[in-house]
Amino acid sequence: MILEVRHVKKSFNGRAVLDDINFSVDAGECVGIVGRSGCGKSTLAKIIARLIDYDSGEIFIDGELQMIFQMPEDSFNPRKTLGWSIAEPMKNRDFKNIPARVSDLLLEVGLPADYAKKYPHEVSGGECQRAAIARAISVNPKILICDEATSALDVTIQAQIINLLKKLCREKKIACLFITHDLNLLPKIADRVIVLHGGKIVDENSTAEIFKNAKSPFTKELIEGGLFWKI
Amino acid sequence: MNKIFPQLISAGAIIFIAIFAQYLTPFDPYEQNLARALTPPDSINLLGTDRYGRDILSRVIIGSQTTILSALALLAVISIFGSLIGAVCGFKGGKLDTFLMRLSDVFLAFPQMVFAIAAAGALGGGLFNAALALALIGWTKYARISRSLTLTIRKMPYIDAAKLAGTSSFGILINHVLPNIAGPILVTAALDIGTIIMELAGLSFLGLGAMPPTAEWGAMMNNGRSMLQTASWVILAPGFAIFLTVAIFNLLGDALRDVLDVKNR
Ligand SMILES: Nc1ncnc2c1ncn2[C@@H]1O[C@H](COP(=O)(O)OP(=O)(O)OP(=O)(O)O)[C@@H](O)[C@H]1O
Ligand SMILES: [Mg+2]
Repeated sequence: MILEVRHVKKSFNGRAVLDDINFSVDAGECVGIVGRSGCGKSTLAKIIARLIDYDSGEIFIDGELQMIFQMPEDSFNPRKTLGWSIAEPMKNRDFKNIPARVSDLLLEVGLPADYAKKYPHEVSGGECQRAAIARAISVNPKILICDEATSALDVTIQAQIINLLKKLCREKKIACLFITHDLNLLPKIADRVIVLHGGKIVDENSTAEIFKNAKSPFTKELIEGGLFWKI
Repeated sequence: MNKIFPQLISAGAIIFIAIFAQYLTPFDPYEQNLARALTPPDSINLLGTDRYGRDILSRVIIGSQTTILSALALLAVISIFGSLIGAVCGFKGGKLDTFLMRLSDVFLAFPQMVFAIAAAGALGGGLFNAALALALIGWTKYARISRSLTLTIRKMPYIDAAKLAGTSSFGILINHVLPNIAGPILVTAALDIGTIIMELAGLSFLGLGAMPPTAEWGAMMNNGRSMLQTASWVILAPGFAIFLTVAIFNLLGDALRDVLDVKNR
């Protein structure tokens, strides 16, 4: 087990956003977390990544955790080159031969090595997200949280990024928490799906089962694309 | 880069004149020649002479040193000090933030020039005290701007990414916050040069800044005040110098704003 979340609760201004969340992720496993906008997915991601505090409960993480964000360009400092940003986590962990590693990582995510010299506003959203993946895997994480990592990209680029994530997680045995509001993305990547609604887990099953045998009306709503007519 | 070239050249020229003023004056700016007192501009004294027969062109040139260099020094101090305070407040929050921002509220409750006149008066006049008076109130503007910029930046995903990268709070402030607030601060400072020059000259004009016989533009204008109708060149020369300098630095500020906008690069 690489991640275990036990009885985690969080409220903002007295309103419970996460109410007793329990789940775990095994090494190398990819778990999808799906739910409507505002159901607390990003809050859960940030709590697990220790970016915000939670009110009660326990979280165990075994090994390095990294994260990929929704807005690729905003997840890079506009004043630094992509190479500088990719190197940042390695510098903080005293890695050796960092420039060579940056080049290798760029090639690994399908970018030319000279992209290290580019600034975030000089590359496309998809390329920027590839660089974010390079930064995240640079320190050999055991678990990767992708919070709507493909939502800001158009459909073809979305598929490329999902395939890249899937390939890298398989090869490097990285567990993945793939957070999205679009349940239909999950068959491409997730082994298992957790459905969040109103701060609680309302459904949890293997990806194949969740489509065949939805236990919760909210899951059915997501399958039918209920999200779109709800907006 | 072409957009800003003329402004940089003109501002550079003015700063050059200010730095090397001693070597550029045609006459000794302090030498009196009562025989030629209040001579209108002619081929010898290009901008005429004042009531002691001192060459006004030389005094305007040497006065640029006092006025511009002290304005730039003052600006450097308040913009750096104010921005650092604002960035730390915005990034750390908490009691320090509350205290310093209430303090700046207190300063901001006074009209800037009224406060500066009162403070310079209380400190006893002189160029240094005039600058100190302006600094006491001037830092608050930079603290406010840099704090609000920092509050926006703090919410950016790249700050979360830096935390996940394991960068310390200090490292985040240095590498991620400051470089991203520097541009707007620099533009504010460039647009402020003109104001500060006018305020320093204004305090000198009121007798609260540079003291005679120091050649300073505001003090020179004060000297010529009573002769506006009989010997207008005495007041017009330093007045035009202030106008030109303020205009050039304001244009530089505008140009900097366009150039430093990351997205327009
Ligand atoms: N810092 C905060 N202060 C107050 N309320 C917050 C804060 N952050 C989030 N919330 C609230 O918590 C709820 C969950 O937010 P969260 O960002 O986790 O949703 P989400 O599931 O990620 O939504 P989306 O799909 O739109 O990204 C929302 O109602 C939001 O308004
Ligand atoms: Mg979200």
